[in-house]
Amino acid sequence: MSSPKETGKHPGAEAGVSRRGFLEVTGVGGAVVGTVVLDQPAQAQGAGARALGPGAVPITLNVNGKALKATVEPRMTLLDTLRGPLDHTGAKRVCDRGTCGACTVMMDGKSVYACTILAIDAQGTKIETVEGLTADLKNDVLINAFVEHDAEQCGYCTPGFMVAAKALLKENPRPTFAEVEAGLSGNLCRCGTYVGLRKAVLEAAQKGRA
Amino acid sequence: MQAFTYANPKTLKEALASLAGSWDEAAVLAGGTDLLSLMKQDVYAPKKVVNIKGLKELKGMERTGDGGFRIGAAVTIDELMKNRLLGEEFPALRAAAQGITSPQMRNMGTVGGDLCQRPRCWYYRNGFGLLATGTDGKSLVPSGENEFHAILGHGNKAFFVSASSFGPALVAYGAKLKIASASGVREVNAEDFFRVPASATEREVDLKPNEILTEIVLPVSRGSQSATYEVRQKEAFDWPLVTASVMVKLSGGNVSEARIALGHVAPTPWRSKEAEQAITGKAITEASVESAATAAVAAASPLSQNAYKVQLAKVALKRALLAAKG
Repeated sequence: MSSPKETGKHPGAEAGVSRRGFLEVTGVGGAVVGTVVLDQPAQAQGAGARALGPGAVPITLNVNGKALKATVEPRMTLLDTLRGPLDHTGAKRVCDRGTCGACTVMMDGKSVYACTILAIDAQGTKIETVEGLTADLKNDVLINAFVEHDAEQCGYCTPGFMVAAKALLKENPRPTFAEVEAGLSGNLCRCGTYVGLRKAVLEAAQKGRA
Repeated sequence: MQAFTYANPKTLKEALASLAGSWDEAAVLAGGTDLLSLMKQDVYAPKKVVNIKGLKELKGMERTGDGGFRIGAAVTIDELMKNRLLGEEFPALRAAAQGITSPQMRNMGTVGGDLCQRPRCWYYRNGFGLLATGTDGKSLVPSGENEFHAILGHGNKAFFVSASSFGPALVAYGAKLKIASASGVREVNAEDFFRVPASATEREVDLKPNEILTEIVLPVSRGSQSATYEVRQKEAFDWPLVTASVMVKLSGGNVSEARIALGHVAPTPWRSKEAEQAITGKAITEASVESAATAAVAAASPLSQNAYKVQLAKVALKRALLAAKG
């Protein structure tokens, strides 16, 4: 995989900028800091669509209601782009192959694995990360229910479960126990806090707004 | 993952022109759940990736003029599962979608992607090629870890199983697939789309590098009863061990027509004409489904670790037939 950590090929790294600080991203129109040399887009063949890359290309992602800009290679995943250039580290990188659910984010209101989506391909969609979905830490019914029911131990899977649970309750505000089980089936917890997680989601549903 | 270029065509025509004559040149990207894992594991490294998710020609589900149903290849598994009309008329397809257990996978994965995904065989996924060959050119599977491999149709050569969840149901319904290329559109029976590759460079589906699977067309389901039964190792997110999809027509209480396909037992969805023959003309009873199931696995040649799948295939088929009877 092409994570900045593994390959050191983070576009910003070449310009001598720290990984995190490479692209200081603000709201709409936020300036891109750092000098990035873009590859020339490959020539279009026949009537085919213009091919971008393989070097870094500028992209814009709608993350938690803000248009964020980054410059990444087409092979960068949405997860690595969120966690690296865009500094949204809530979604976690664990299995990196669409199995564990720690990277779960919402795309156009549906839960998806950010590790198995290309960042360039996520343009034009509405992305919501755990940061955006849990902005009101004190009054969030689901967060309080997670705390109440010990729905976490080491906590590394928690952001993914939180987003998966939000997606579940958004679609089905009054799920049965079986529906909660099925709705969380795309997320793994190695500590085994499933009992607490399911109770928390059920309680949040009963309390109404999550 | 190796570097590649990315193309985002706006029309099917443009998408087809963006593809190439070899798989190494260009790959089609829809949901990406399979393609990205293949690329991450360096099993596949196309030079260009062509996104087809946005093509309107590949979207939507609707009734066809003759009362059948059309499903765009880029429809997500979640969209298919939640389509009420489709679920009522084609319950075997809905059950297959429900079997894909993770909501995230259903939200991302597409129907066309399910049909075109590469096998899950761990030899293939770890770089030993589609036919899992060792240095002597022979398959590593028979003497290796083969608990999830084929029990039917492997010809002692292609031991992987087709990973498609919808394949068996589409074969049971007699669906057709539409495949577009720059030179036009061709139609293939779902049953003929899947094939056993003669060499590791061939694909296990009837698709060329410059073609795109655009839609699935289901025939009229009125007058038929159908079901899919799936056996998994665990209830949560997992691949099926065995599935069975059946479509039967009953006349005077007896089966007048049957189409039966097993999944995850062979390199293709495995149509069992033996089972169809065994159940045709009979009422669906405990005894008749037993004989159909026995017929379905009569030719099975399991490997060292997967004889258990023979019994699972029988059970899945019996339960699917009983479920279709209602």
